[in-house]
Amino acid sequence: MFDVKKIRADFPILSQEIYGKPLVYLDNAATTQKPQCVIDAVSHYYEHDNANVHRGVHALSERATADYEAARKIIAGFFNARSEREVIFTRGTTEAINLIASSWGGANIKAGDEVLITHMEHHSNIVPWQMLCNHVGATLKVAPINDAGELIMDAFDSLLSERTRLVGVVHMSNALGTINPIESIIEKAHAVGAKVLIDGAQAAAHLAVDVQTLDCDFYVTSAHKMYGPTGIGVLIGKESILETMPPYQGGGDMIRMVTFEKTEYNDLPYKFEAGTPHIAGAIGFGKAIEYIQNIGFAAIGRREKELLRYATNKAEVFNGLRQIGTARDKACVLSFVMDSVHPHDLGTIVDRDGVAIRAGHHCAMPVMQFFNVPATARASFSIYNTEGEVDALFAALKKAQDIFA
Amino acid sequence: MFDLRDLYLQVIVDHNKAPRNFGVLKKYNRDADGYNPLCGDKLHVYVHVNDDHIIEDISFEGEGCAISVASASLMTEALKGKPISEFPDSFERFQHMVTSDINEDPDEEKLGKLAVLAGVREFPSRIKCAVLCWHTLKSAVEDSHEIAKTE
Repeated sequence: MFDVKKIRADFPILSQEIYGKPLVYLDNAATTQKPQCVIDAVSHYYEHDNANVHRGVHALSERATADYEAARKIIAGFFNARSEREVIFTRGTTEAINLIASSWGGANIKAGDEVLITHMEHHSNIVPWQMLCNHVGATLKVAPINDAGELIMDAFDSLLSERTRLVGVVHMSNALGTINPIESIIEKAHAVGAKVLIDGAQAAAHLAVDVQTLDCDFYVTSAHKMYGPTGIGVLIGKESILETMPPYQGGGDMIRMVTFEKTEYNDLPYKFEAGTPHIAGAIGFGKAIEYIQNIGFAAIGRREKELLRYATNKAEVFNGLRQIGTARDKACVLSFVMDSVHPHDLGTIVDRDGVAIRAGHHCAMPVMQFFNVPATARASFSIYNTEGEVDALFAALKKAQDIFA
Repeated sequence: MFDLRDLYLQVIVDHNKAPRNFGVLKKYNRDADGYNPLCGDKLHVYVHVNDDHIIEDISFEGEGCAISVASASLMTEALKGKPISEFPDSFERFQHMVTSDINEDPDEEKLGKLAVLAGVREFPSRIKCAVLCWHTLKSAVEDSHEIAKTE
């Protein structure tokens, strides 16, 4: 039995009031809140174990290193990576994609080659490829979406060719909630010899991911959308590919031997982790993943579907509201516009009732352009949200309509 | 507590619903683009300054939230027929009003109807919505080719 009350009690931030109303946090696609166990793990590290990793011989450094590497092991297990060598800590999804574009892309994508992405990508899975393509003279292709916000697979198929070096696709769209059929995308891409990057920033807290079953070449995500700290994320790549890639940044930790003539690089995963990492963040990330594992994806999936259905039913009968993104396979995101009220005004108005939603382009401007809206309002749900909170959202939306009536 | 109705005053709601001086001028000699990349508000202002250095006509078009549309509408109303030389002072006065301490009463005598926007001070994330049109007009007046931003 899913006990939402018990889960809410794990998140201290949720019990506060905003302008005298209970906080209703519905901006989970931007970032999730953090359970006490994650907050405790981060402060415990700073209170008891703070030291640099991989270099000290003293007790603190050994403890910090052990905890940092233990987090890597938890993450490897969670995504079913073949080994911890495939788990590279980054600042987040954005840095992970930039790493791949710069290191793998720089070495493997040449003039005349193609990179295929989709129309529903977040800016972080557009711009690095645009930069790379401009730099090397490759072409960026964009697979179109339909009015429901689903990838048009026929069009995707016809854009895929032996010129395609890499397919970059978002697992779950942050602006629309669409879940993409990544299994078949990966299979099709591999059939033409392309590598596949899955942007899991939005998905990893909601869907179970097994990188071996998927057979994806790169899977990237951010801790802060999975109840973990900001500033830390992960790139999970196939060891066979990571081995061939040149380093991304140079510095400490990524070397084995340095002279002024020549540097010998460290082994995986350290080759890609130059400088002192976000140690506390990694430890908090590991704890956040354990938190998800304790609840389990079966329960999470059931609950989030239930909540989305509840919210969608309300949205469908709400006068003057148009949903943006109605994919059949969809999760946790209710993006919408209203006839009489601009999303920005909506955001301000519902905030005064304690309801936190996002208003804007969600770092996915091409999605806004496709639906011909300057922005949308977006409510995004998580395991700790309740039907009562959905009611509060719609009551606040009604109030906004009244102001502009 | 500061009420939402203090931000969305009837005047603002009205100007949003029926913006004044909306559209392209038939005859203009200055214009500029304004863009707020954070929220996607976009507008374009057109100004016709005559030989006597008077703002003979002024208009705007674009899309944005109620605050940005109402602010642009009110701005055009306030400036039409005024000498262009007064613009820097008007700009400063408006800028000061929306960024000053909430306890400081706006100078209604000088600001006129523009004073209805003083409420945005209570909503820091919305100040940029109110000033976008002013920055856009500033770049039109200064004949800058840069797109005005409020960031």
